[in-house]
Amino acid sequence: MFGYYLDLALRSLTRSKVLTALMVLAIGLGIGASMTMITVLHVMSGDPLPGRSNQLYYPQLDPLPLKYQQSAYGPDPRLNFTWPDAMALLAAHRAERQAAMAGGALLVRPAQTGLRPFYVDGRYATTDFFAMFGVTFLRGQGWSGADDDGRARVVVLSEKLSRKLFGTNDSVGRTVRFGDADLRVIGVSADWQPQPMFYADASAKVFDDADQFFLPLSTALDLKFDTNSNQSSWSSFEGDMKSPVLTWLQVWVQLKDAGQVAAYRQFLIDYSAQQKALGRFERPPTQARLYGLMSWLDRQNLVPADVRLQLWLALGFLLVCMINIVALLLAKFLRRSGEVSVRRALGARRRDIFLQFGIESAVIGLAGGVLGLVIAQLGLWSVRHRPDDYAHLAQMDVSMLIGTFVLAVLASVLAGLLPAWRACRVAPALQLKTL
Amino acid sequence: MQIRPILAALRRHRLATMLVALEIALACAVLCNACFLIANRVALLHVVSGVDETALATVQLTGYEDSHAVDLNARVLAGLRSIPGMQSVSVLNSIPFGARRGTAGITLDMAGQHFGGVVEFYVGGPGSMQALGLHVTSGRAPQVDDFRTFEGLMPTDASVQITRSLAEHLWPGTDPLGKDFWLDKWHYRVVGVIDHLVRPDPSNWQGDSKDWSIFVPALPGKYLAGSYLLRADPKDISRVLRDARTTIAKIAPDAVFDEEGSKTLSDLRTDSFRQDRAMVGMLVGVIIALLLVTALGIVGLVSFWVAQRRKQIGIRRAIGATRADILNYFQTENFLIVTFGIVLGMLLAFALNLLLMKHYELPRLPLYYLPIGALILWGLGQLAVLGPALRAAAVPPVVATRSV
Repeated sequence: MFGYYLDLALRSLTRSKVLTALMVLAIGLGIGASMTMITVLHVMSGDPLPGRSNQLYYPQLDPLPLKYQQSAYGPDPRLNFTWPDAMALLAAHRAERQAAMAGGALLVRPAQTGLRPFYVDGRYATTDFFAMFGVTFLRGQGWSGADDDGRARVVVLSEKLSRKLFGTNDSVGRTVRFGDADLRVIGVSADWQPQPMFYADASAKVFDDADQFFLPLSTALDLKFDTNSNQSSWSSFEGDMKSPVLTWLQVWVQLKDAGQVAAYRQFLIDYSAQQKALGRFERPPTQARLYGLMSWLDRQNLVPADVRLQLWLALGFLLVCMINIVALLLAKFLRRSGEVSVRRALGARRRDIFLQFGIESAVIGLAGGVLGLVIAQLGLWSVRHRPDDYAHLAQMDVSMLIGTFVLAVLASVLAGLLPAWRACRVAPALQLKTL
Repeated sequence: MQIRPILAALRRHRLATMLVALEIALACAVLCNACFLIANRVALLHVVSGVDETALATVQLTGYEDSHAVDLNARVLAGLRSIPGMQSVSVLNSIPFGARRGTAGITLDMAGQHFGGVVEFYVGGPGSMQALGLHVTSGRAPQVDDFRTFEGLMPTDASVQITRSLAEHLWPGTDPLGKDFWLDKWHYRVVGVIDHLVRPDPSNWQGDSKDWSIFVPALPGKYLAGSYLLRADPKDISRVLRDARTTIAKIAPDAVFDEEGSKTLSDLRTDSFRQDRAMVGMLVGVIIALLLVTALGIVGLVSFWVAQRRKQIGIRRAIGATRADILNYFQTENFLIVTFGIVLGMLLAFALNLLLMKHYELPRLPLYYLPIGALILWGLGQLAVLGPALRAAAVPPVVATRSV
C-alpha cells in the first residue's frame, strides 16, 4: 500500500506544480533558517573533551564576606579561586588528579631575526594539567611537582608555536624569551583545542585560538607575569596575587566514580567549615559546590544572547512557515473531496485516507528537507563569515544532517495532520451527489 | 461594500480563514519586534561619540619595559610630531571604540555606601582633550596645573570633566559643578561638563550609560604611556597613521606596534559594530523571508478559493456583477482576514516584546510600531491577493450556464 500511496502523492504533487513549489519553498526556508541556528547552538554547546568530560569537576568555594553585594555588571568572584584556597585543595590531594591554572598573554621575543616580537596566549598551570586533560606530547613531557615547587624556568610549547619559533616540532632543550625571562622548552604538545575552552574563565574568548604555551603557575607568579583572567577582590589586596581576598585561579579535579564525587563534595564542605572556624570564611560551609564539566558549562552560559535570539527568530519563522503549509494543504486536500469520496465509497477506511495524505505531506517534507539543507549550508557559510569567535565552528556534522531531514519531515507531517484529518472526515454521500 | 455576504462565505471556510489570520498575526508580532530590534541596533551604529572621529587615529605600543616608559613617551611624542601633516599627538589611556583601560565603579560618598555606577575614566595628557574635540558645555576645560603626575591606574585626586548624561544620572536636576565622587578611596571633583564622550565599548552598555565617561587630566609618565592619540586633517589621517608606523619602527624598536589596536578611529568604530551590523542583516533577512512566505501563503490559498468558486463567480457575473465587483470582493475579503490577524498580532507583538524585555534587556515597544506593521501587512495582503483576484474577475459569465 505504501508504494501505491507514494505514487498517488507524487501524481497529486506534480498536478499542481505551483502550489507544491510554494509548500516546498516554505518548508525549505523554515528548515534552513532553523537548522542554521540549531547547528550553531549545537557546536557551541558540544562536549569539549568527549570520553573524559564525565570525570572532570569544577569545585567552588564561597570565601566572600557576609555583607558582600554582587554588582550587576561585574563577574561573580566565586567563579574563581584565591591562591590560598587553590593551593590548599591541591595539597590535600583528595582527587585522582587536580590542577590550578590561570590564563595569560605573554610577549614572545623570537631569537631569530625577521620575526617581530608578538603576543601569544597560554596557560599557567600545575603539573597534573596535562595528564588530567589528556594533552598529548609530540616531544618531551610536562613538568613535575618538584618543578612546581622549585618555580622551574621551563615551558611547554604547542606544535604551532614551536614551528613558528623554530621551524620544527622538536624544540626541546631550546630557550624562548617570554617577557623578560628565558624559559627552557621541556615539551612540545600536539595542537590541542577543546571547544569551548572550558577550563578558561568566562572572560576569555573560549571559542577562539587555543593555548600556545604552558608554564608552571609558580614560575609565572615568580616572574610577575600578568594574568588575563577576571580578578575580583573584596578588600584591599595591594597587588599581592597570593592574597586571600583576591580570586583569579581556576581549579579542576578528576574524580573516577560517584563515591569519589560524594567524598570530594564532603571534603569541600569540611574545608569550608574549617576555614569558617578559623574566621576566614563567613558564609555557611554548605555554600561549597562541585560541578561536572557539562553542568559547569551550562552555568557559564557561553552562548551569546544574540545567538539565542536568532535561534528563537528562526524557530518562530519555521512556525509561520508551518501554519502556511497547514493552510495550503487544507486547501489542497479538501479540493480533492470528490476523489476522497470515491475512494471511501469503494471501501477505503478513514485511516487509509489519513495515511495517504500523511504520506503526501511527508513527501513534501523530504523535498523541503533537501532545499532546507542547501539553505542551511548557505546560512552556515554566512555565519562562518561573521566576526565572532565561534564563527569558524559553524559546520554541520552527521547528526545535524540527519536532524535536518527529521525536522523537515516532522514539521511537514505535523502540518499535514489537521488537513488530513479534515479530509478523511469528508462525508462521501454528500460529495458523490454533486459529482 | 457588501461585507455581510463575505462574512457569510468566510464562515464556511472557518479553519482556513483562521489559519491565514494566525499567520498574519505571527508575522505582525515578529515584524514589529524585529523592526524594533533593527531600530535599536541602527541607533547603536549611529551613537554620538562626541569626538572628531574622522580626524583621529591611535597608536598602541606594548612590550617595552616599564622603566623605559618615560623615555619612550618622549621619543614617540617627538618622533610622531615631526610627521608632516600631524596636527597633534597626545597620550590617552582609553580610546573611544578602542582600548579600554579605565572602567571602574564610583561612589558618591567617601564611605562607599552610595554606588554611582560603572563609568569609563579617560586619563589624558595635555592636548588630548582638544585633540578629541570635546565640547565643554559648562564649567571649565582642564588647566595647566590640573595635569599632574601619578602612580598606579590614575591620579588619586583630580579635578575632572564628566559627560552631561553621567551628570544627569549621578545628580539629576542639580548643577554637577563642584560635586565630589570617589573610586574606593580616591577622590575626584567635577569642574566641567562635556557634551558627549562615548565609552570605548558602547555595544556592551544600554541607553544613556553608553556615554558615562570621565576625563581625568594627568601628565604622561611611567603609568601613562604607550597609548597615543594622533590628530590630522581627515584627508591625511590614513597616510599619517602609515607614516607613524614606519616612524615607530625607527624610533622605538624596543616596543611592539599593536596592529589590531592602532587604527583610525573611523576604522575602530566600524570594527566595534561589526557584530551589530551582522545582526541587522540577519533581521532584515528574516523579515523579508517572513513577508515572502506569508504573501505566498495568501496567493496559494486565494488561488484555491478562486478555483473553487468559479461557478459562483460566473453566476454573479451573469446576474450583473462587474469585474470590479468581483475584484473588490476578494480584496475586501483579504482586508477583513488581515485586519483580524493584525488585531490578534498586536496582542502577540506586545507579549513577544514583554518576553524580549525580560530576557534581552530590550526597552518597551513604542506604540507607533503597531500601525506601521499593520500598514505593511495590509499592503502585503492586497498585493498578494491581486493576482488571484484578477483571475477571478476574468471568469466569464458563461461559466454559470455550463453544467458541471
